[in-house]
Amino acid sequence: MIEQPRMVKICDIWDESPSVKAFFFKFDLHFDPGQFVMVWIPLLDEKPFTISYIRNDLMGVSVLKRGMFTNALHNKKIGDMIGIRGPYGKGFGLQTNSNSCVVGGGIGMASLATVVDRLNDATIIQGARTASEILYQKRFKDMNLCTDDGTTGFKGTTVDLFRKLLTRRRFQKVYACGPEKMLYKVVELCRNHGIEGEVSLDRYIKCGFGVCGQCDCSGQRVCVDGPVFNIKELSKMEDFGKVTILKTGARVVY
Amino acid sequence: MSKINLSVNVCNIQLTNPTILASGILGTTKALLKRVAQNGAGAVTIKSISVEPREGHKNPTVITFDAGMLNAVGYSNPGVVAAAKEFAGLQDVGVPVIASVIGTQKEDFARVVAGLSGSKFSAIEIPLSCPHTPGFGLLAGQGTPQGTFDITSAVRKVTELPIFVKLSPNIPEICAVAKAAEDAGANAITAVNSMGPGMIINIEAQKPILSFKVGGVTGDALRPIAVRCVYDLYKAVKIPVIGVGGISTGRHAIEMIMAGASAVGIGTGVYYRGIEVFKRVCEEMTLWMEENGFDDINKIVGAAHD
Repeated sequence: MIEQPRMVKICDIWDESPSVKAFFFKFDLHFDPGQFVMVWIPLLDEKPFTISYIRNDLMGVSVLKRGMFTNALHNKKIGDMIGIRGPYGKGFGLQTNSNSCVVGGGIGMASLATVVDRLNDATIIQGARTASEILYQKRFKDMNLCTDDGTTGFKGTTVDLFRKLLTRRRFQKVYACGPEKMLYKVVELCRNHGIEGEVSLDRYIKCGFGVCGQCDCSGQRVCVDGPVFNIKELSKMEDFGKVTILKTGARVVY
Repeated sequence: MSKINLSVNVCNIQLTNPTILASGILGTTKALLKRVAQNGAGAVTIKSISVEPREGHKNPTVITFDAGMLNAVGYSNPGVVAAAKEFAGLQDVGVPVIASVIGTQKEDFARVVAGLSGSKFSAIEIPLSCPHTPGFGLLAGQGTPQGTFDITSAVRKVTELPIFVKLSPNIPEICAVAKAAEDAGANAITAVNSMGPGMIINIEAQKPILSFKVGGVTGDALRPIAVRCVYDLYKAVKIPVIGVGGISTGRHAIEMIMAGASAVGIGTGVYYRGIEVFKRVCEEMTLWMEENGFDDINKIVGAAHD
């Protein structure tokens, strides 16, 4: 096993929102929904991104412009090269015939996009700060949207909208990704309603293959034991929803 | 069940088996140390701690190749104050925990050791041999006989705990460095740190992959060198030697012990075989000893010597 980045050509770039771009490249390896790759810009840095498009041998990642690295990635043009290594991590355990709900907050929706592709009739909840930041409007029909400012859909959080839906709908399984405080509340709601749930966590990742210990969450390595964890696993992870670990290894409370 | 004894005693630290988690692998949190212990390690070592927090190098920091791993993490750590909190209540881990302590000058080592004195560490390891972090180890002259003597002496003054001095395989006079450590009051030698540094270039990008460009080489590529170092050190010093470098199977561990190691460190082995590597190495050692008529691991320490 050799885990070195492979240089691939960016073959397409889509604007998903004013702050999110999707980058497409050829990478002929099998990916499960929820697995991630490390994207390398030589001499700059390397960061993890969940695959948000799987189209035969074409893969895509949806990248929110947030810091130095993602800024540099946003400046890339079609034809530019980036390094990719992966797939890494344990993805979602899909139950295609169950009545399921997908709950995505902000860029977390990118980690759930391939889940929606695989499930036939999942109910989708997507939350964003404002209307223009809603992702995949053409890709997915009939999404239940919410925004912080009420510019589209329900005015409020994904958790509020999920709670509201639960008063009139029953789900067997929930797939969620977003800010960890949101995930914590989604998991609480799932527990109270007896719904199975899986969530994808975000941590600072270095090696990606489980040796450096940087991405620890209560003894679980988010890069190989996760990033997707089920409710039972999360119930043993005290840090979930409360503590994350910085690049230095320092613990910080959310 | 077999009557094979794998337990060893290193500097009055009792280990149920000779496998030790090497520093820099998975030792970032108490929760991970506990998990490694549950997976069979006889002792565990934390990721190195400095006085101040350090972010380390940018990614990529760890990559693999067909004969091992190359890393330049750059000693990222939360600093001694946060580390003292993280590593409080170490009895929860279930096995002895070794503190790895770093500094850019000898006073720093003493400050970190003092800062961690409230935690129940079983030993202090000082790696004076990192090949890829400016200000530390080989890049700061800490791995010379004089540098090693001075830092070990400084640490000796502030702790009663056993001191393990971790050496580089790069240095031809490794035995002279080990003797300097022994003279300064070290209680064991950990041999060896990563070698090199090495470099891996992505030829399509035409650039080194690691952000720091170079990194320490570990894994299979390091093993024969580590075995030779341990073999030489076994004759050169009276204090015990902990053998580290490329161990991922029971046979590797037996080989290192026959070279003279009283215990063995495992790091890159976690990459090769997962966290369960400790349990597996112990099972394989037991099996080998049964098949070859040995009942006590301590009886084969140094067996390869004339």
